[in-house]
Amino acid sequence: MPLSPTELAKLLELLAQTQNHELNCEQCLALVAEFAESQLAGQSVAANLQAVQQHLAVCGECREEYEALREALISMRENGPDE
Amino acid sequence: MNRDNATWRQQLAQHDAGALADLRATLMRNLRRGLAGRPRADDSFLEDCAQESLLRVLDKLDQFHGRSQFTTWATALAMRVAFGELRRSRWKDVSLSDLTADDDQAAPDVAGDGAAPDVQLQQRDLAAALLASIQHDLTARQRTALVAELKGMPQDEIARQLGSTRNALYKLTHDARKKLRERLEAAGFTADDLVSDAGK
Ligand SMILES: [Zn+2]
Repeated sequence: MPLSPTELAKLLELLAQTQNHELNCEQCLALVAEFAESQLAGQSVAANLQAVQQHLAVCGECREEYEALREALISMRENGPDE
Repeated sequence: MNRDNATWRQQLAQHDAGALADLRATLMRNLRRGLAGRPRADDSFLEDCAQESLLRVLDKLDQFHGRSQFTTWATALAMRVAFGELRRSRWKDVSLSDLTADDDQAAPDVAGDGAAPDVQLQQRDLAAALLASIQHDLTARQRTALVAELKGMPQDEIARQLGSTRNALYKLTHDARKKLRERLEAAGFTADDLVSDAGK
C-alpha cells in the first residue's frame, strides 16, 4: 500500500474536508446544474447547495465534470447558444 | 429554436425529432467546449458521447425538476458520460490488486525540506499516525478502495473490480475517511493540523 508524499498530502486534505453527512456522486449530479448556474450568477451558496460545494471539495471526478460544465456555460454565455 | 424547460420536457417525452436534433447539437457543442484541449476528445469521440448522453437524458427525463435550465442539466449528464468514457479508456487495463499491492511503508516526508524543524517533526508524526491508522483501523476493502482512489483510479473502475456499485463504493470510502479522521483527532491532531498540512 505504498503512498507517495503527494498522495498522503491529498488524503490529509480530504480528511480535513470530510463531513459526517455527504452527498454521493449521483446525488451531486442531480443538483450540480443548479449549483453551476447560481455560481455563474455570482449568488452566495444557498443552503440546499452547500452539500454540493462540499462534495466537489472531496470528489475529484465530480469536480472535474463540474469544471467542464462551467467552461461550457461560460462559453455559451460569451458566444451565444448557437455561436 | 429557444425552448423553455416545459417545452423541452414535453417534446423530448414525445421523441420530437426537432427537439432531439437540437439537443444533440447543443450537447455536442457543450462537450466540445467543456473538453477542449483534452487528448482523445476528438469529433468522433464527442459524437459518440453526445449520442450516449441523449439516451441518458431521455432515460432520466422524469428526474429533471426544473431547478436549472434544461440544457444545463442535460449538459451535466453529458459531462458525466464523457469523462466516464475518458477515464474508462485510460484505466481499463490497470488492475486494482497491482495498484494497491501491500507493502510496508515508512512515513514519507510530507512537510518537504523547506519546513522548520519542529513543523517537520509534527508533520512526520501526523503522517506516521495516518499510515498506522490506514493499516490498522480500516478493513482491507476500505483500504484498497481508498488507496486506489488516491492513486487516481476512477470510482467506476474500482467499483467494477470490487464487484460493487459506485454508490456503495462512495459509502465505503466515506466511512473510511470518517474513521481515519476520528482516529487522528483521538490521537490529538486537530482539523487545523490537517488543513495546514494540506496547504504545504
Ligand atoms: Zn462525486
